[in-house]
Amino acid sequence: MSYILMTYVNEAGWFALSKAEQEQGVAAYKAYAEALTKAGVLLGSNRLQGGSTATTVRISHGKPQVLDGPYVDSKEQLGGYFIIDVADLDAAIAWAARCPAAGHGVVEVRPLWPMPA
Amino acid sequence: MNESPSPEEGAEQARRTADAVARRSYGKLVAFLAARTRDVAAAEDALSEAFAAALAVWPLQRCPANPEAWLLTVARRKLIDAARRRQSGDMAAAQLQLLAEGLQWVAQADIPDQRLALMFACAHPAIEASIHAPLILQVVLGLDAKTIASAFLTSPAAMGKRLVRAKEKIRQAGIPFSVPEREELAGRLDTVLQAIYAAFAEGWSDPEGGDAARRDLTEEALFLARLVSELLPQQAETLGLLALMLHAEARRGVRRTTSGEYVPLAEQDPAQWDAAMIAEAEALLQRASALHVLGRYQLEGALQSAHVHRRRSGSANWAEVVQLYDALLAITGSPVVVINRALALAQLHGPEVALDSLQAIATDERLAQYQPYWAARAELLTRIGAHAEAGRAYEMAIGLERDPAVRRFLQRRQAALSG
Repeated sequence: MSYILMTYVNEAGWFALSKAEQEQGVAAYKAYAEALTKAGVLLGSNRLQGGSTATTVRISHGKPQVLDGPYVDSKEQLGGYFIIDVADLDAAIAWAARCPAAGHGVVEVRPLWPMPA
Repeated sequence: MNESPSPEEGAEQARRTADAVARRSYGKLVAFLAARTRDVAAAEDALSEAFAAALAVWPLQRCPANPEAWLLTVARRKLIDAARRRQSGDMAAAQLQLLAEGLQWVAQADIPDQRLALMFACAHPAIEASIHAPLILQVVLGLDAKTIASAFLTSPAAMGKRLVRAKEKIRQAGIPFSVPEREELAGRLDTVLQAIYAAFAEGWSDPEGGDAARRDLTEEALFLARLVSELLPQQAETLGLLALMLHAEARRGVRRTTSGEYVPLAEQDPAQWDAAMIAEAEALLQRASALHVLGRYQLEGALQSAHVHRRRSGSANWAEVVQLYDALLAITGSPVVVINRALALAQLHGPEVALDSLQAIATDERLAQYQPYWAARAELLTRIGAHAEAGRAYEMAIGLERDPAVRRFLQRRQAALSG
């Protein structure tokens, strides 16, 4: 089954880190992606730019409404995702627990809607 | 003298008494309520209603002298009501008869302790092995599905469903609430001990102790191990398991610096270990060995003991450690033992021999995602100077580690390769 692991992190925390700590953080994510790849479960992943770069769009009364900023204005913002293909939810949770984001933020695990063949 | 407590004091006292009873006797009450009907879920429901009634009634009347008996009387009445509502006809009559037979006990002060029988039912071979530990934690100790799910890294909804299914199985398949006969005991006991150790290991994986639910899990597992070794004092492996867990627990706090960094065993200060726990563990191992039945938990306990002795005395005992791993490997055949044995072997015969010994398990697919395998390889490869390969092994270990402090520790080791 395919799952998306969405990482929610406090963006302010990142800028509070020293340069060495930031490098260590990036290296941990790189090692994590490497482990996912070696295990043959990684379908795709991306890191997102900060929440302040987000723009939301909706059609309201037939007219597009465009707003600055992320949809949910909370301290923890969607910072990236990993899409993985594993046997079951427990396997997905095991990978989520290894994600560095689980240590300094939250990882949300959601099954993908299966595509009709 | 006979002043009534204020409502606040009364409520507070009722809550404290109920908490203490839950802590001390939850499993005892469930075991007693479910023993005849084998309906664990109904027993738990009735008991939780009884606790709710206690919190409502005790503040008004003072707590009863024997709160366990009070709870049991109320819970039994709830069970009988529920059985009446649920069924009619012959089935109900049979069920009510079973329930009524138990009533006579309630008048007595001592509730028979059937927790061991309950544990054997929970860890019965007819029930899927991976749910044994969660089931025991819920049924004997009263932990909720949410807490158990976090500890076992699974979703609360899924854990809840699996627990319900396992309880249905106990009832429908007629799994007995009894301690197996002598011939069967050792084998059946092993599944109970495995479940307790699994609970302990899950608790142990929260080294910072920041996660209260997990920290409690090691305490709960120790409580269960003590209970089993009190009820079955002649079983060497129950003593071995308790010794093993006490040895590990004695070093719990020392695994982290005050700033939260990981400290490996070789760098811990033995003076900071809990000496009383270690002494208790050593005495248990002595008692176990006098029973002349060797097993994996005694061997693992003896390994802990050897590590403690080496660090305290400063004298190397790697030959003894390797021997203990050999014996453990012969019993378990576990690749995890091969990894730990390799690290001891490196101390005795050097890293090349150790790396060779890992070849035996290199094709085991489970290890590809097992952090300690990669960490051990990285360490050994570093020692023979194969830095590029060591760096890749560290990369895997870092990617597979879920504890941020251990991850940072591995990253420092990896960085030291190029330094």
